[in-house]
Amino acid sequence: MLRQLKKKLPGAIAFLLIASATGSGSASAQSIDSTQEGIDDYRQMLSDGGNPGDLLVDTGKELWLEKKGPKNVSLQACDLGLGPGVVKGAYARMPRFFKDADKVMDAETRIMYCMQTLQGINPKDITPTVFSKSGDISTDWEAIVAYVANESAGIAMAAPQSHAAEKAAYERGQKIFFHRSGPYDFSCATCHGAVDKRIRLQNLPDLLNAKDAQQAYTTWPGYRVSQGVVRTMQWRLQDCFRQQRLPKLKFASQASIDLLTFLAVRAKEGKMAAPGIKR
Amino acid sequence: MKKLHYAAMIACMTLTGASAFAQPLTGASDQDVMTVLKDSFAPVGEVSLDRLEQSPEQKACSDMAATGQAIPKDVMEKLLKQAMASVKPPTDKQFLGDWKVGEKIAQSGVGLQFSDKPGVVSGGNCYACHQMTKSEIAFGNIGPSLLHYGKNRGNSVQMLEYTWNKIYNSHAYTACSNMPRFGSAGILTEQQIKDVMALLFDPASPVNNE
Repeated sequence: MLRQLKKKLPGAIAFLLIASATGSGSASAQSIDSTQEGIDDYRQMLSDGGNPGDLLVDTGKELWLEKKGPKNVSLQACDLGLGPGVVKGAYARMPRFFKDADKVMDAETRIMYCMQTLQGINPKDITPTVFSKSGDISTDWEAIVAYVANESAGIAMAAPQSHAAEKAAYERGQKIFFHRSGPYDFSCATCHGAVDKRIRLQNLPDLLNAKDAQQAYTTWPGYRVSQGVVRTMQWRLQDCFRQQRLPKLKFASQASIDLLTFLAVRAKEGKMAAPGIKR
Repeated sequence: MKKLHYAAMIACMTLTGASAFAQPLTGASDQDVMTVLKDSFAPVGEVSLDRLEQSPEQKACSDMAATGQAIPKDVMEKLLKQAMASVKPPTDKQFLGDWKVGEKIAQSGVGLQFSDKPGVVSGGNCYACHQMTKSEIAFGNIGPSLLHYGKNRGNSVQMLEYTWNKIYNSHAYTACSNMPRFGSAGILTEQQIKDVMALLFDPASPVNNE
C-alpha cells in the first residue's frame, strides 16, 4: 500500500513540472535559455528535498530486503564487488570483473546475477519488464537500481581497470562508441563527441570530455521528468541505439557492459549523485 | 564443489545469453567487437542485425574518429569521390518542390527506428540539428544554421546543385560528415528532397521570409 503510494507520487509531480517547463514557450531565441533555466531551477528545487527519485530509493531498499523468488531469500547477501552484503560505494566501482561469474558486469547485470543465483529467479522471466513504460509508474527493478546507486551518493567513480577483462571491455566499449553503422551512419560520437551540442533543445553531454562524462554518468539512474519515471543506464543505452536506427540492445548484453565500462572509466572521479533529474 | 562450479557456469550463460563467448573475454579486436555487437542486439521487425555491419566508408570514418587522427589525403579523396558518384540528380531536372511539405519533412523525426510503424514515411528531422526559421525555436546545433539559406546564397544552378548533392550525400563535400546521406541511404525520396530544397530556396518559405 505504502509502496504503491510512493510510486504514484512522482508521476503527479512530473505533470506539474512539464506544465511549468513547457509553459514558457514564446517565440524567441531567449526562450531556449529560459526553458533551460526553468529546468535547472526545478532541478535545484527538487534537489533541496523533493526529487521524486528519492522516494523510489526507499522503495528500492524495501525490495532489496524483501524475501523473494523460488528460494525465498532477500538480496542482502549479494556481492556487488565489495563483499557479500556491502552496498555502500559498490555502484561507483562498477562495471568490474567478478570472479564468480568470470566476467565483467555493470551494476544492473550484477544485480540480475544476484537475483538468479541467490533468489533462484530466472532472468528471462523478469527481463522483459525491467523498464517501465513512459507515463507508467517506475518498476521494482528501477527502484532497486536507484537504491543501489544512491548508496554510492557522494562517492567518487572508480571503475577498476586492473583485470585484463576490464581493460578489454573498455577497449571494445570505446570502439562501439565510435562504431558508425545503419542507414543514418550514426555512432554514439555523432551526438556525444563534441562540446555544447544540442538536439532540438536537449543539451548533449560530450562523453569524451571528463567533466561532461562525470556529470552524465553520475546522475543515472535518473528521474525522467518528461516520462514520470526513474530510468536506468541500461535503458539509456537501449534508447540511444533505438534513435541511432539500430536494432534493440539486449538487457545485460556484452555490448552494454562494454559501453558502460568505457563510460564509467571516462567518468572517473566524478561523485555519484543518483538518482539525478533528467528533462 | 565441482557441482557448484558447474551450476554457476550454467547460471552465467543463461543470464547473459552470451554462450558464444569463452569467458573471461579479453579480446578487443575489430572482429571481437563485431561478434559482441551481433550477440548483443535483437532484431525488431524490419530493423535487422545487418544494420550493425559497416560499409567500408563507415568503417574508415569510425576508425578515424576513434583514433582522433585527421583523415589521410588519399582516403579523403576516395571517400569524397565515392559519395559524389552515388548522387542522382532529379530525373526531371527540377530541383524545387513544395516548401510547405518540406517544412513538415524538416519537422518530422520518424522513420527507420524499431519503434516506428513499419513502412512509415521517414522525415528529415532537419530541426534536430539545424536552425532553419525564426519561428521554430526548438532547433539543435550539431549542424550550422540554415536561416535565410536561399536569401543569402541566391538560387543559381550551381547553388541548387550543391545543395541537392549535400542533402543526397553530405559526404560528397565533407568526408565523414555527421549528416545522414538522405538520398544515397534511401531515407528520403526524390520528391521529399525537392520539397526540402524548396523550404531552403523558395522566397516565400519561412526560412527566407521571416
